[in-house]
Amino acid sequence: MIPASAKDGVSEKMTAQHNGQENLLVLLQEAQDKFGHIPEELISELSKSLDVSTSDVYGVATFYSFLSTKPQGRNVIRVCKSIPCFLRNCQPIIETIEKEIGIRPGETTSDGRFSFQLTNCIGACDKAPAMMVNDDVHVDLTPEKTSQILKAYE
Amino acid sequence: MPEKRIVLRNCGVIDPERITTYLDKDGFKALEKARDTMSQQQIIEEIKESGLRGRGGAGFPCGLKWELASGAPGNEKYVICNADEGEIGTFKDKYILQNDPFTLIEAMAIAGRTIGAEKGYIYLRAEYRFLLDSLKSAIDQAKETGYVRDFDIEIRQGAGAYVCGEESALMDSIEGKRGEVRYRPPFPPSSGLWGKPTIINNVETLMNIPQIILNGAAWFNQLGTERSKGTKVFSVSGDVKKPGTYELVLGSPLKELVEELALAEEVKMVQIGGATGRIVPYQMIDTPLAFENILGAGAVVVFHESRDIIDIVYRTMEFLAEESCGKCTPCREGTEVMLEILRRFACGEGSEKDMGLLEELSSAMMLASMCGLGQAAPIPVMDSLHHFRDAYESRIKKTKWS
Repeated sequence: MIPASAKDGVSEKMTAQHNGQENLLVLLQEAQDKFGHIPEELISELSKSLDVSTSDVYGVATFYSFLSTKPQGRNVIRVCKSIPCFLRNCQPIIETIEKEIGIRPGETTSDGRFSFQLTNCIGACDKAPAMMVNDDVHVDLTPEKTSQILKAYE
Repeated sequence: MPEKRIVLRNCGVIDPERITTYLDKDGFKALEKARDTMSQQQIIEEIKESGLRGRGGAGFPCGLKWELASGAPGNEKYVICNADEGEIGTFKDKYILQNDPFTLIEAMAIAGRTIGAEKGYIYLRAEYRFLLDSLKSAIDQAKETGYVRDFDIEIRQGAGAYVCGEESALMDSIEGKRGEVRYRPPFPPSSGLWGKPTIINNVETLMNIPQIILNGAAWFNQLGTERSKGTKVFSVSGDVKKPGTYELVLGSPLKELVEELALAEEVKMVQIGGATGRIVPYQMIDTPLAFENILGAGAVVVFHESRDIIDIVYRTMEFLAEESCGKCTPCREGTEVMLEILRRFACGEGSEKDMGLLEELSSAMMLASMCGLGQAAPIPVMDSLHHFRDAYESRIKKTKWS
């Protein structure tokens, strides 16, 4: 749910030493954490308050893979698809998740519990296959272990 | 050559949550020595003399970088630690940050003292956010104990972009922008973060600094080869029995790392340096790991004989096309076109002409791309064409005319 003023709760304590843009990415990251995505209202509000053009705010909001302008599930699953995880059979893990939560990569469950994405190297190659759920890193995955892990995320 | 722990000397030895355990291991002695007994020029000379080169992949001489920033005019300067370890198959900086954040903080403070910077940033990749609290706590402890003073360290988090490991894109990201690379020159030591003189070093490069200050350049530069001094930390993964982080004296043969330490068998090839790294066939397994030969940031992915080279190169290019920042045409379009051609080979629909096209595209991208991503993106394609040409030839579509 987007609050009336999307900016509520996104810190205003920051002072820009150099220019308004300096704080843009940090504020977008805060919004992503708080709302699960970056609401459109916030883009125009940030544009005004930081004195950065709307297109520049939108440009930053859409550049980074951990920021999203579309609503995401409460929990975001990111399964690593890079070569070390591929060599260690990440495909059955991806299929297990598809079966467990009934969506494909790039989608969000209708109850808003999970978003599912494939991602590039998360730096857990020595314990591949690996995935992130929100900020948690899960390693040495098997299909059974993966199903168990998902149960813990409401 | 043996394993030797300089960078990883405290990993698994100290408690990364408690600074007292670091102090027991000569913690902050190098900073005190640098601050109390050495001039800025003396520190620079020591680092230059040590032969330390950047561990992030490019191998730029660290002492020279510091000297340039130190000599650059202006009072506002910055130290940046690049902890945006995004190269495929690399996890050594994560291991370092997890196990010994204090050495890194000490090194950054020495860097600040050397170039006259009061502010440092650690740019931490989004995927390593779980390290954020312990890193913050380490910084706080270093301040509370009074060892780090007159130097402020702030952590900035990435938001998921491989290209932000590239120094100019990283600085744009700290400035709150899209992580797009900059035209150079000017280089960061003269015009970096917010246009101010800046040094930007990889985590591992910085980890060497306190030991060099304490033990001297001569102690450090006796290790390694003529142009590669000291040790290197490698991240080994893929088709091996013992994946993990290994620190070896530079110049050690690839064979030692892959077969003796990581216990790989029936190796077809090794990819060294990640997605834009070199592909080394098994025949070259005795190659010494050094800047003179092959090194990169130390990602070592091992492939078993049964692996399909075209599949691997295709997946590598898919990654690069996805992560290209899009600012320059040779990289943005070149990676996509290469991907399309590789897709044809993967489906057995390649042609003789496609092989020529890959070669032509490669040279254009290497020449005209703005940063390392586009310049090095053709490397896996060229290396595989060179060493495994028959794999491409076997995927050329047979028509009734051929």
